[in-house]
Amino acid sequence: MKTGARKKLQEALVSSPSLLWLGLFFLFPTLLVFVLALRPANPYGGIGQGWTLENLRRLADPSYLEVAWRTLEISLVTTIICLLLAVPVGYTLARVSLKWRNLFLMLIIIPFWTNFLVRVFAWKVLLHPEGPIKHVLVFLGLAGPQTSLLYNAGAVVLVSVYTFLPFTILPIFAAADKFDFQLLEAARDLGARRSQAFRRIFLPGIRRGLFTAVLFVFIPALGSYVIPDIVGGPGGELIGNKIAQRVFVDRNLPLASAISAVLILSVLAPLAAVLFLQRKDERPEIL
Amino acid sequence: MSEFLEFHDVSKRFGTIQAVADATLEIRKGEVFSLLGPSGCGKTTMLRLAAGFERPDKGRILLDGRDITDLPPNKRQVNTIFQSYALFPHMTVRENIAFGLRVAKRPKPEIDSEVERMLHLIRMTGQADKKPDLLSGGQKQRVAIARALINKPQVLLLDEPLAALDLKLRQRMLIELDMIHDEVGITFLYVTHDQGEAMGLSDRIAVMESGRIEQVGTPVEIYEAPRTSFVAAFIGDTNFLEGEVTGLEDGEYSRLEIAGVPDIICFNDKSIRPGNPVFLSIRPEKVHISRDKPQEERLRNMMPAVVEDVIYLGSTTKYWVRAGELRVQVLRQHSRFFLDEKPIRWNDAVWVWWHGDDGFMLERYREVDEDLLAVPPRKVGESDGGNGKG
Repeated sequence: MKTGARKKLQEALVSSPSLLWLGLFFLFPTLLVFVLALRPANPYGGIGQGWTLENLRRLADPSYLEVAWRTLEISLVTTIICLLLAVPVGYTLARVSLKWRNLFLMLIIIPFWTNFLVRVFAWKVLLHPEGPIKHVLVFLGLAGPQTSLLYNAGAVVLVSVYTFLPFTILPIFAAADKFDFQLLEAARDLGARRSQAFRRIFLPGIRRGLFTAVLFVFIPALGSYVIPDIVGGPGGELIGNKIAQRVFVDRNLPLASAISAVLILSVLAPLAAVLFLQRKDERPEIL
Repeated sequence: MSEFLEFHDVSKRFGTIQAVADATLEIRKGEVFSLLGPSGCGKTTMLRLAAGFERPDKGRILLDGRDITDLPPNKRQVNTIFQSYALFPHMTVRENIAFGLRVAKRPKPEIDSEVERMLHLIRMTGQADKKPDLLSGGQKQRVAIARALINKPQVLLLDEPLAALDLKLRQRMLIELDMIHDEVGITFLYVTHDQGEAMGLSDRIAVMESGRIEQVGTPVEIYEAPRTSFVAAFIGDTNFLEGEVTGLEDGEYSRLEIAGVPDIICFNDKSIRPGNPVFLSIRPEKVHISRDKPQEERLRNMMPAVVEDVIYLGSTTKYWVRAGELRVQVLRQHSRFFLDEKPIRWNDAVWVWWHGDDGFMLERYREVDEDLLAVPPRKVGESDGGNGKG
């Protein structure tokens, strides 16, 4: 009994710094967002007295719904493109020799050495009307001189895919690395075509990696702010930009909090449901 | 009985390793055929070539007269039992077994009844809805068999299917495999490094070494009449005796001189002429041992010897004896245990003898194959060197 209690105390001591950190800088601010969402705003950019549902009511505005819909659409498209690119890459990485695998992993990780903002700005340069990509496309006749590569939903998807792709490849690779490739031989042996073996055996075999990858792309994409702000323009505005506008332009923290709260809940609720329904051994493992 | 699965002059190389070299093999319909050899001998590559996981660099593979060399695995009517079973972990036993029929898009009632029949065959109706993780090794093995058999393959390929099981289970599964073979009657191509499995299960065996097929024959032929020193040493235990033909006897027998001992009689079906060197293989159990001098008989080779070591093995006892330059191991079965019998001990003077038909002249002898045999014990103080072993 004595040793058990002692062990518990040790565990608590070891985990206390991270718990403190999470509580102070994650849990408390999140709760603050929920509290502020229910407070009225005062005209001077501060927080008023009392409680109100006014902020939530204002979210029914069609302009919000339109942006919310676009956010969902762009996030889904980004997630799907990322998965379509990452699954073959993860499969290949798991099958090549160690030498090539390390090289490719290195190439995937190297961009992280450059600041995220700088990389997004680099895309702005690349996609600029006078930029190299535009020139090549016009030269090849694939784009007219008036086509804009920047400031639209397409640009947001492109840069989002670029940003989130490594976060999709790595969990898929981790799952594929543990996959027993003899199972594919067994499936082929039993009469499955290449595509059938891939779909019925490989994809279910790496499902945890796929689930983790989806979480790693879809959730950040929903809350994405920097990418649409820099390359999005009015046609590529997402919910994140709306929240920022309420804070920086309107100085209406309660309304910004209300949007954030709804965003958090709309991600958390389905996720919690999925995790609850899944068996313990099927839960995603984070890298 | 005709050729059913045929390898014609098949070769396969992986990088610098010649896995299979010019292998020609004919497996008959309905038989259990084993590929037996040490690891790395190319037996698994042969199986993977038959399954379609590898393409040969040259040569053709025929199944029931049809050239299948370039067919992908899913177009071949062969199915494989993998050493690791390779059961699909996200599917239940039932779904695993049904997989072959599902991808073939067979109607659901047919799939259900076939799966039920297979579950009966492997006696696992009660575990049909478990995931493979929850099964024991033997159960996984049975599921793998059912999953392969449901496709009604023309040949079932088994890649060391019992290697992952413990000894008792291995013996039980061996009997079970034999029963399943009797029941379904399809051709088995069985890959193993275990001579006991191969002997017990097979109608015929091909012994492989370094990508080559050394000998093909029934278990009895392989054991009793090994053609090369590798086959003799890999299957069971043996004595290698080096000698020279000194004369012929009745045309069918040769007179040999071995390590200074003259007039040893040996059946000579290779018609080796006098003056030529030969290597004999004699199984230890074919050599008899006793304290008393045996009767002289035609075709009986006998010589006095001294016992150097005695190893009691329960049902048998192994003796290492020295006769002049010769060292011979003798295996004696205990048929009865006489309390008043004076046992043979170290340094006893004994007689050993064997029949002229039991020594077998090898077509090919390599000294390295002696390393496969149990090394004879040395006397304390005896120099290491002698015949170059150790």
